[in-house]
Amino acid sequence: MFDFLFIIRFDYTLMVVSIGAALLGAISGALGTYAVLRRQSLLGDAISHASLPGIAIAFILTGSKTPLILVLGAAIAGWIGTLFILSIVRLTRIKYDSALGIVLSTFFGFGLVLLTWIQRQGLANQAGLDTFIFGQAATLLQRDVVTIGVLGGFALLITFLFWKELKLLAFDVGFAASIGLPTRILDIVLTSLLVIAIVIGLQTVGAVLMSAMLVAPAVAARQWTNRLNLMMLLAGCFGACSGVVGTYISSTALGIPTGPTIILCVTLVVVFSIAFAPNRGLLWNSIKQRRNRRSFKLTNNRLVGSVSVNNRIEDNDNRKH
Amino acid sequence: MITENINFFTAIIAIVTASACALPGVFLVLRRMTLMSDAISHAILPGIVLAFFLTHSVSSPLLILAATTMGILTVIFVELLQKTKLLQEDAAIGLTFPALFSIGVILISRYTKNVHLDIDAVLLGELALAPLNQLEINGKEIGPVSLYVMGFMLVLNVVFILVFYKELKLATFDASLAATFGFAPTLIHYGLMALVSMTTVGAFDAVGSILVVALIVGPPATAYLMTDSLTRMLILSVVIGSINAVCGYWLSIFLDVSIAGTIASVTLLVFILVLLVVPNRGLVSIARRHIRQKWEFAQTMLVIHLFNHEGLPEAKEESEIAHLHEHLQWEPTFAARVVNNALNNRYVLQDASQLTLTETGRVKAQRALVQ
Repeated sequence: MFDFLFIIRFDYTLMVVSIGAALLGAISGALGTYAVLRRQSLLGDAISHASLPGIAIAFILTGSKTPLILVLGAAIAGWIGTLFILSIVRLTRIKYDSALGIVLSTFFGFGLVLLTWIQRQGLANQAGLDTFIFGQAATLLQRDVVTIGVLGGFALLITFLFWKELKLLAFDVGFAASIGLPTRILDIVLTSLLVIAIVIGLQTVGAVLMSAMLVAPAVAARQWTNRLNLMMLLAGCFGACSGVVGTYISSTALGIPTGPTIILCVTLVVVFSIAFAPNRGLLWNSIKQRRNRRSFKLTNNRLVGSVSVNNRIEDNDNRKH
Repeated sequence: MITENINFFTAIIAIVTASACALPGVFLVLRRMTLMSDAISHAILPGIVLAFFLTHSVSSPLLILAATTMGILTVIFVELLQKTKLLQEDAAIGLTFPALFSIGVILISRYTKNVHLDIDAVLLGELALAPLNQLEINGKEIGPVSLYVMGFMLVLNVVFILVFYKELKLATFDASLAATFGFAPTLIHYGLMALVSMTTVGAFDAVGSILVVALIVGPPATAYLMTDSLTRMLILSVVIGSINAVCGYWLSIFLDVSIAGTIASVTLLVFILVLLVVPNRGLVSIARRHIRQKWEFAQTMLVIHLFNHEGLPEAKEESEIAHLHEHLQWEPTFAARVVNNALNNRYVLQDASQLTLTETGRVKAQRALVQ
């Protein structure tokens, strides 16, 4: 533990990267809560893949690799992808999953076309755009961390400002609409927050794995609590811890990439939570079940002993043995 | 000559791969399980890597076996997670495949430095290289390996679908009825998943894991927009998949960009095109129908209005064109267009600013009122 703190404090690059990963984990964990509660876990996957052409177009148009510009391009493309999915579902008989699959794969394919085109053009300083596919935390600079912090902070601020409206939207859309909340606009707001949470993580974790950063912390947090605010807080903590631990592990010269390491850390948290969380976890459930079975047997025996009608049950039991 | 040959073979590989992917894709689209193909295509990575460690060859059949096992394991994992009832299906998928994919990526980057198995190739594929990897028997090259692999997968898919056609159909549209008949929908389900895994693995060498999803979902979804019959949907998917593959391939040569990416982009374009223009269900024909119905309905309103007041004392006032604004709350320009349409259709006659019903118009009004 001391060793860990020591490295974080004294290696400047690692410090920047860990702060970035922690911020990212906290923000995507917190915002992913809504995605999981609204059963939109895979929308994140689609958005993260669909954002790739946006990054390429932003670079083609501006020729710069300023994180803010690329993130903006990614956000716009992710947004268009989401809009496309929702319109397909609304206007045709194609189901949600197929719409997601189409947008996810074809937008990503289009992004690849643009990336290869950029490479062929031999534009100066195009190298590094493909880190957005798998992510490369080691390339995080201070300005990237600032971008993550500002955008993520903004998204969290919106979440807190519209806390009760968004909460109602997540749990009871019908009721929200009936008391006059603009559910359509709120839906757009929440989807936009999801888009923000995804695009800020593209550089660190990459388009392919970013969706797991949204889903996993929230699923883990869900096992420990039934309250939204606690769940969001826990998801943020899980995300942040996984971010830091993952960065640290991958930096110990093992030569393993950061994104996948972070994802594995957060997956371990999920597995642990599903197995051992009180009240809901698998262990707890099996204990509860065993206890229930025993108490049922006791009551049953007592009933058999006291009521003559139950002799028949006893007979049945005897026949079975 | 050699390049021509390569172009030809690449196009053939693209067509065969697209057809092989489209067939099981039809059932995934209909069963709302397309995202399982996304999950499988990512999750087979650790299987491939582990098999690679064992055999030290990228073209060993063991790779396909290991990856297929991994694909089926993914399906089982997702279903086990779902059965705990602690999380939703989409979350279960969204958790499983990134974790497995991460394991694969870490294994590759940790242990396979300088080996021909890099993540880019696995994820993005390189169709251009597929024909170069020739299958050799007794030292003679007899054609690209991927062509044989995908050709085999295509045949396997066709045979599976032909043999289990009615079981698949029933299990897809009415699983409980299929179970009642003793068709074992679970067995069909896992059979289909095994096919999807194998097809994905085979295709993935040539086109990469993301494009596999485009090939599996795109053509069947496009075909789904065009027809109601399962047989026609299967055939259409194969045709559309092949057209996308060939167009995408030539376009990518022309633009000198990623082949897999271009095929995916063409898939999207074709999907949008069909979405817009397909007769009856396309967005364009829906919009045109709405407009036609709007004017049709307005004319019906007009004749009913005239009919209701016909022969009554207020008839003269009510049949003024200018009065329509007040009575039917129509904008004057809208009213003018409706009147114009009604005149053209000979529902009404105009005498100065007065409208009178024709016999056709009267019949129309009576019929509308009876309905």
